[in-house]
Amino acid sequence: MITPRHGAIALAILLLVTLPVWVGNHYYINIASQILLFAVFALALNVLVGYGGLVSLGHAGLFAIAGYAGALVLQAGHGHLAADLFAILVTLAASAVFAVLALRSTGIGFLMITLALGQIVWGIAYRWASVTNGDNGINVTTRPAPFGLSLSRADTFYYATLLVFLLAVLTMTVFVRSPFGASLRGTRDQARRMTALGYNVWLIRFLAFLFSGFWTGIAGLLFIYYNQFISPQVAALTGSAEVLLMVISGGTATLLGPIAGAAIVVIMKNVVSAYIERWNLVLGVVFVVIISFMPEGLVPGSVRLCRWGWQKLRARRNGVAARPAEEPSP
Amino acid sequence: MTALCVNALSKSFGGLRVTANVNLNVAPGERRLIIGPNGAGKTTLFNLITGEIAPDSGSVLLFDQDITRLPSHRRAHLGMARTYQIITLFPHDTILRNVTLALLGLSRLRWDPFIDLDRQHDLVTRAREALVRVGLDHIVHRPLSETSYGERRRVEIAMALAQAPKVLLLDEPFAGLSIDERRDVRELLQKIPRDVTIVMIEHNMDVALDFAERITLLHFGEVIVEGTRAEVVADPRTREVYLGH
Repeated sequence: MITPRHGAIALAILLLVTLPVWVGNHYYINIASQILLFAVFALALNVLVGYGGLVSLGHAGLFAIAGYAGALVLQAGHGHLAADLFAILVTLAASAVFAVLALRSTGIGFLMITLALGQIVWGIAYRWASVTNGDNGINVTTRPAPFGLSLSRADTFYYATLLVFLLAVLTMTVFVRSPFGASLRGTRDQARRMTALGYNVWLIRFLAFLFSGFWTGIAGLLFIYYNQFISPQVAALTGSAEVLLMVISGGTATLLGPIAGAAIVVIMKNVVSAYIERWNLVLGVVFVVIISFMPEGLVPGSVRLCRWGWQKLRARRNGVAARPAEEPSP
Repeated sequence: MTALCVNALSKSFGGLRVTANVNLNVAPGERRLIIGPNGAGKTTLFNLITGEIAPDSGSVLLFDQDITRLPSHRRAHLGMARTYQIITLFPHDTILRNVTLALLGLSRLRWDPFIDLDRQHDLVTRAREALVRVGLDHIVHRPLSETSYGERRRVEIAMALAQAPKVLLLDEPFAGLSIDERRDVRELLQKIPRDVTIVMIEHNMDVALDFAERITLLHFGEVIVEGTRAEVVADPRTREVYLGH
């Protein structure tokens, strides 16, 4: 059965696939690649924040670990496949360590432990100069060329990123509907009850952390291939806060929310900063507006406001005020 | 053989002894009522039995198997189910999803990240059957946030029954219900077959007296009286701590 929803998805994919054609300019194609790679990062964090109710402020640490691991292997002269596999394995291992330490607690405790772990990664990247090259960072000299297709051009890199992005969205969609996804949401809403029902709450959260870490690692790899450079700045707390803002402003526990959030932040950073020097201020104002009028996030908030507007419009057209449209309360 | 055996169980919170050397032997199929005034340690006893908190000393046996050190979630797989005095459900989900989650908890499918939960017809059918038993099958798709208090009580019971437990622990299932709702819940509990052993906590003795064969009276964490309904009601100590004022 084909529903309007299917139509919207097909249209969105069509627009994304044809984007390099109608955007034309390399600069904007690169911005689109950035949006997609940060969307993958935000989707990964959303697994924990949205579905697990576990707010992490250390994900930039995992993101940077993937980047550094990949960059170091490439620097040592190995191929891209080896670098990528190694980076993912290291990120999974680091995620496991993060999870074991942070899952001793939930809520603020979880947030503080992840924050501390992220800062440790930043500190190591900054101070362990003999390996990480400290503040100077590491250059990634080449992009991979899968099946002989070089990703050094803006449009080919965009298509590779789009492919990974679509895979991430598909995985998340399946995950959300699956029994395991339902289990994770259950531990968010009623951890105590879930235990009494026979669920191993700790293990569910641990596996969700690994899942989140995996896609964070993928995003980290896309990031170093995009920038061809990594420095300690990537692991900084601002990076963790930024991706968390993407998730929260877009709408937690939704699939579209983190993507919309990533788009807002990346566009502000790249486009608005070209016109307004204090673009951070604009970003701040945008977030304040979103949180004031749509505390549940941009995507669920827009849906609510549209519904409200539609109801009002219909009521006016019918000329009857049998039932006033519901107030757009959060 | 006993269905549930509690041996010399003790627990203190700081200087406060909430469970003091409690012994309890519940036979298979028995209906046991645990009564006691507010703060007698009834819910704490349940939390010790289900493993939500660990005892300082003593042991808990389920069908002669020592489960004292077993994590709480493993006990559910051995046939122990409970309801909560303060309703503990999934507010964002429908009634059907709430009960499906109860069934999923005992199914290996709960680890599966690839399949669509809504298409697991076996689980969904069994969840509907549990809801038929509690008379909620006409509103299975209603979000829990739009249900009444009495309906939520019945969802609690449906979730416990769906798991086909061997030992069912009911923590004040009549709390906060109207007279009509109480009657419905009582009839519902009376229909539960005898292969389920039931231990029920009740604060208000009159509500649940006719339900139980044996009654245990708890006061300040200690078992004061235990016996048949008539024995406990007639005992002067019961009157003293409970009825007598």
